Amino acid sequence: MSEDFFQGYKGEALNLLKKYQVRVWGQAEVETTRGNFQGTVLPRSENDDQKHIVMKIVTGYNIGIDTDTITGMKETGYKKANYKIPEKEFPTTKGLPSVKLLGTGGTIASRLDYRTGAVIPAFTPGELYGAVPELADICNLTTDKLFAVFSENMGPDQYKKLAIAIGQEIEKGVDGIVIGHGTDTLSHTAAALTFMVQNSPVPIVLVGSQRSSDRPSSDAALNLMHAMTAAGHGDIAEVMVCMFGPTSDEYGFLHRGTRVRKMHSSYRSTFRTLGDVPLATVTRKGVAPIKKNYNPRRKDRNVTILPYFEEKVAIVYYYPNMMPDIIDSLVDNGYRGIIIAGTGLGHINKPLYPAIERAHAKGVHMFMAVQTMWGYCHMFVYDTGRDLMAKGIIPAANMLPETAYIKLGWVLGQTNDPTEVKRLMLTPVNDEITEREPYNGYLIFQGGVKDVDEFVRKVHK
Amino acid sequence: MITEFDPRANYEKTKKETGYVCRQEATQQTYDAIGFMSGLEVHQQLLTEKKLFCNCPAGKFHKSDNYDAEVVRHMRPTLSELGGYDGTALMEFRTRKEIIYRLKNETTCTYEVDDTPPFPINRDALNIAIKISLLSKLNIVGEVHITRKQYLDGSIPTGFQRTAIIGVEGEIPLKNKKVRLIQLSIEEDSCREISDIGHTRIYKTDRLGMPLIETVTYPDMVNPDEVKEACEYIRFLNRSTGLVRTGIGAGREDVNVSCKGGTRIEIKGVAHTKWIPELTHVECFRQWALLKVRDKLKKLYPSVSEWSMNHEYLDFDMFDITYEPLKIARDLGHKLIAVNLPGFRSILSHFTQPTKMFANEIAERLKVIACLEHPNMLHTEQFEGVITSVDLEIIAPMLGASDNDAQIILWGPAEDMKTAIETIEERCRMAFEGIPGETRKSFEDGSTIFERVLPGADRMYPDTDSAPIPLTDEEIKILGQDLPNDLIERYQQLKKWGVAESTYTYIFKNNLYPVIESISKNTGIDPKWIGNMIGHKLKWVEGHFEKGSEFNNKVLENMLDYLQKHNYDLRLAFRMLPIVYQYPKMDLDSVLTSLRFKQIKTDEIIEKIHFLDEKFNTVAITNRPKNRVNWIMGQLHGLARGNMSLTELHAIVNQKISHE
Ligand SMILES: [Zn+2]
Repeated sequence: MSEDFFQGYKGEALNLLKKYQVRVWGQAEVETTRGNFQGTVLPRSENDDQKHIVMKIVTGYNIGIDTDTITGMKETGYKKANYKIPEKEFPTTKGLPSVKLLGTGGTIASRLDYRTGAVIPAFTPGELYGAVPELADICNLTTDKLFAVFSENMGPDQYKKLAIAIGQEIEKGVDGIVIGHGTDTLSHTAAALTFMVQNSPVPIVLVGSQRSSDRPSSDAALNLMHAMTAAGHGDIAEVMVCMFGPTSDEYGFLHRGTRVRKMHSSYRSTFRTLGDVPLATVTRKGVAPIKKNYNPRRKDRNVTILPYFEEKVAIVYYYPNMMPDIIDSLVDNGYRGIIIAGTGLGHINKPLYPAIERAHAKGVHMFMAVQTMWGYCHMFVYDTGRDLMAKGIIPAANMLPETAYIKLGWVLGQTNDPTEVKRLMLTPVNDEITEREPYNGYLIFQGGVKDVDEFVRKVHK
Repeated sequence: MITEFDPRANYEKTKKETGYVCRQEATQQTYDAIGFMSGLEVHQQLLTEKKLFCNCPAGKFHKSDNYDAEVVRHMRPTLSELGGYDGTALMEFRTRKEIIYRLKNETTCTYEVDDTPPFPINRDALNIAIKISLLSKLNIVGEVHITRKQYLDGSIPTGFQRTAIIGVEGEIPLKNKKVRLIQLSIEEDSCREISDIGHTRIYKTDRLGMPLIETVTYPDMVNPDEVKEACEYIRFLNRSTGLVRTGIGAGREDVNVSCKGGTRIEIKGVAHTKWIPELTHVECFRQWALLKVRDKLKKLYPSVSEWSMNHEYLDFDMFDITYEPLKIARDLGHKLIAVNLPGFRSILSHFTQPTKMFANEIAERLKVIACLEHPNMLHTEQFEGVITSVDLEIIAPMLGASDNDAQIILWGPAEDMKTAIETIEERCRMAFEGIPGETRKSFEDGSTIFERVLPGADRMYPDTDSAPIPLTDEEIKILGQDLPNDLIERYQQLKKWGVAESTYTYIFKNNLYPVIESISKNTGIDPKWIGNMIGHKLKWVEGHFEKGSEFNNKVLENMLDYLQKHNYDLRLAFRMLPIVYQYPKMDLDSVLTSLRFKQIKTDEIIEKIHFLDEKFNTVAITNRPKNRVNWIMGQLHGLARGNMSLTELHAIVNQKISHE
C-alpha cells in the first residue's frame, strides 16, 4: 500500500503541498503575503475546507495558513508521529473479584494524539491500567472488544450479540460485567439488556463518560472505578447504568436499566432515574443501596438469555396538527409496532383517528406512553383517551417512551399474537412499569426559589 | 558529637561568593557576567461585554463568600505522547488536591464548569486581538485553531485553557533596540483563587472565561530595566487601542528569567510593571547561587547516585518542646520526622535571595507538593535556631549524622509524610543538577517562592470541540483601518524626550501630545518639562478647580510663551495655572499681580543676602548655620519665586553667609 503523504488535504491545499513537495509531518518554512511561518505540517480534518494548510508551530499551538497567501514552501525535515498507549500488565490480585469489561466502541478511557487531536481509545486491560491504575485495587480485569460502533449506531444486532456474550461470560463464572458504551443511547441498550438478560446472578453495569478521558477533569476514570466497584463488589445483580450523581467528583448513581434516561445534552450528571429513585449510590468504597428491593447477587449461573428483536417498530412523538399520513406511511412501510408518545395523560387529536383505525385493522400493535416522561398514562379520564383505546391503542402505564419502544421490539421479536403482545408488554420485567410512583420519584427543583437556592448553595451539585 | 556552625556567617560568605550586588549597584557588566536573559508574556484583558466562549457577562466580580453553588473536581493527569506523565501533572496528582469552585449565577453558566461545550468564539474579542496583532507587526495566521493548554492546578475547571494563535513573529521598538515577539494568542482567563490550605483549594469563577490576549517576546532583554521598558511598551500598545480593560488585574505579566547555564524560570502573575526590575534581578542571582550550590555538591559527590538521604520517625516526648507549632502538631497527633542530608552542611544556609536561603526552597515545596502549611520544618542552619545542641545529641546518632551533614525536622499528618520525604529528597537531588524548572510566585520586595513545576511541552493539543476560523485578507484589511499607529510613534517620542511614564495616559486621553509638540516648537521650551507640567500640574488643576469656558490649549501656550519672553522662571507657571485655568481671559500681568509677583533682577536679590546675614545676628536665638540659611531663605522666598530658582538661591545663600 502506498503511503498517504497528504492526509486529509484536497483541492488547492493539496496542489500546493504537491507543488512544493511538502509532506504531512514535514517541517516546513512557508512564505506568505502575511509574512513567514514555520512548523510541522499536520493532517487536515476531512470536514474542513480546502483553502488552508495546518501547522504546529514550535510553541505547540496549531495555526492554519491561507493557500491564497502562500508564495513559497520548503520542507526542511520530516518526522512522522506514531503514538500508542503503553501496555502495562494488569496485575492480578488474589481475593479480588473478576470483572469482565465488554467494549462496544464508546471511548471511556482514551488518550489524545497531541498532534492531530485524534482520540486513541484505551481498551485492553494493560492500556486501561496505564490510564487508570486504581482499577487494579478494585478487581481483576479482563476485556473483550465486541464491536467498535458509535453510541448512535448501537442497534438490535448489537443488543443481541451483547446479550449472548453476557450469557457466556456468566457461565464462565465472572463476578460482574461492565459494558463500556457511548452515553447517547446508553439507556436504550440498558433497557434492551434488561429484557434480553433475565435473572442474572451477577451485576451488569453499563458505563460511559460525558467528558473524554484525554481531559484532566474527565468523569471517565471515576465512572470506571465506580462501575468496577458495583460489578465486582456490589450486591445488586441487575442491568444498571452507572454514571455521575452530581456534576461534582463525589459519587455515582446506579440506575435501573428500564427507568433511566439521559436528561442533559452535556452535563456530567445527565442520567436520571425517572418516576422512581435510583437503585443505589456508589463510591470507590462500595455500593450503598437506596432501594430496598433489588435482585441480590447469587452463586448459581442460571441466567436466561432472550435475544429477540423486531426492527419494524417506531416511536411517534405527537405534536398538535400532526397529519394522519405520518401514521399511514409507517403502516404502508410495514411497521408492526408503534409507540405513541402522547400529550398529557396520553392523548392525540381527532384528525389522526382514521389513521389509527387503519393501522389497527392491519394488525399494527400500538401502545401509548407519555411525553411528559413523569407520570402514568391515564386514558380513562377523558373521552379522547377512551376513544383511542376503543380504536386499539393500549396505554403503557408509566413506561418511558424509549423503554416502551425497546420492549415492543423485543416482544414482537417473539410473538405477533395481540393478546400475548399485550400481556408481555404490560408485565414488567424489571420496573419498566411500577405500581406506585413514590412522591420523591418526581423532583424537579425550580431555580430562583429561595429555599431551592439555599439548598443548592449548601449541597454540591 | 556535631560541632557548632554559624549559619549567618555562612549566608554572608555565600552571598559574597555568588557575587550578589543590589540593583542600584549593578551595571550592564554585572548582568553580562551572570548572563542575564529575560522574556515576557504580557496578559491583557479585552474590553468586551461577554466572555470568550459563552454568553456570560465579562468584568463582573464577586466577593469570595458571595456564591450560589459549589462544584467539586479533581484533576487527573492525562497520558503524554510517550505514555508518561508530565512533571507538573505528576506533581499536581501527588498533592491530591480537592478543588472547589464557587459559582455565582450571574457570571457562571454550565460552560464555565465544563458541563457544556464551548459556544462559537466571541467575535468582538477576536477582532480586538487581530487589531493589536497588527499594531505589534505580527504575521496574522490564515486560520485560527483553538488549542487546549493543560493546567492541572484547577485554575480552569476543564483542566485546560482554550487558546489560539492570532499572529507570530513580530517586533516592538525599545529606546535602544528592537525586541522580537514570538506570538500573540487569544485565551480565556482563569479562575481567581480564594484559598489553598492543606488539601483544599478554592476558586471563584467570575473571571473565568473572560477574553485575554497574551503577547510573548523572545528572551531578548539583557538587563532588568529593559524588561520593564518592553513591558511598559506592550501594555501601552494594548491600551492605545482603547479596546482593553484597565484597572487592577486587567494586565498581568509572566516574566521568564535565566542566567548563564541556568534554566528558564517563569515568574507568574506580576501585578505591577514596577516590580519587574527587582524581581528579575533577584531571580537571576538566585539561579547563579544555585549553580554555586551545584558545584559545591558535585565536589563532594561527583555523581548524584552516590548521594542518599535517610530519615527516622521521632517521638514528641523525646524532646522538651517549647516551639509552639510543634506543640500544636503534637496535640493534633501529627508525625515527627528527622531527615539527615549528607554533605548539606553550609548548603541549607546558602544564599539564594536577599531574604532567603536554600532551606526555603525545600520548605516552599513541602507546602505546595505535600500540602504542609508553614511553618512545616526546622533545620540545623536557621539564624535563630530552634533545634538545640541537646536535641541534636539525640537526633544525630539516630540518623548516623556526621559533621558534614545538615538535618531537617518536619511534621504533619501521617498520610502526607511519604510525599513530604519524597519532596525533600527530590529537591536535594535537583540541587546536584542545578536549577529545577519552576514557575514562581512574586512579591513586592523582589523575592519569589516556588509555585509549580514548570509544565512540559506536551500539554498543547487541538480542541476537538471547536472548528477552525478562517481570517481573510479583506477582514484583516478592514480591521487594520484606523489603528492608532501614530500613537505608537508619539509614545516613542515622549520616551525619547524623557517625559515621565505616569503622564502618558492623561496626555493621550486628552490628546495633549500635539500641544506639547507645538509649544515646544514655538517657545523652544524643553518638551520634557512641558510634558511633565501638563501630565502632572494641569491634571491636578483640572481635578481641583472649575475650568473657565474660554480655557484652551492656546491659553496654556500663551502663558508659557509669556514667561519665556519675559525671562521669568518657568516654574511660575505652577502658581499661575490655577488662576489662568479659572479666568482664562485675565491678562497675564494681572495674574502675576494677583500672585503679588514683582520682577526683580537676580543680582538685586543676591545683594540683599549680606544685609539679611547681619540682621540675623540681631534676631537669632541660636547661631547654627542651618538656621541662618533657613531664615534668610524665608525672607527672600517671596521675592525670589518666579525670578530665580530657589535651589540656586539656596546654594548662593549658603555660600555667602558668615561662617564663624
Ligand atoms: Zn458562561
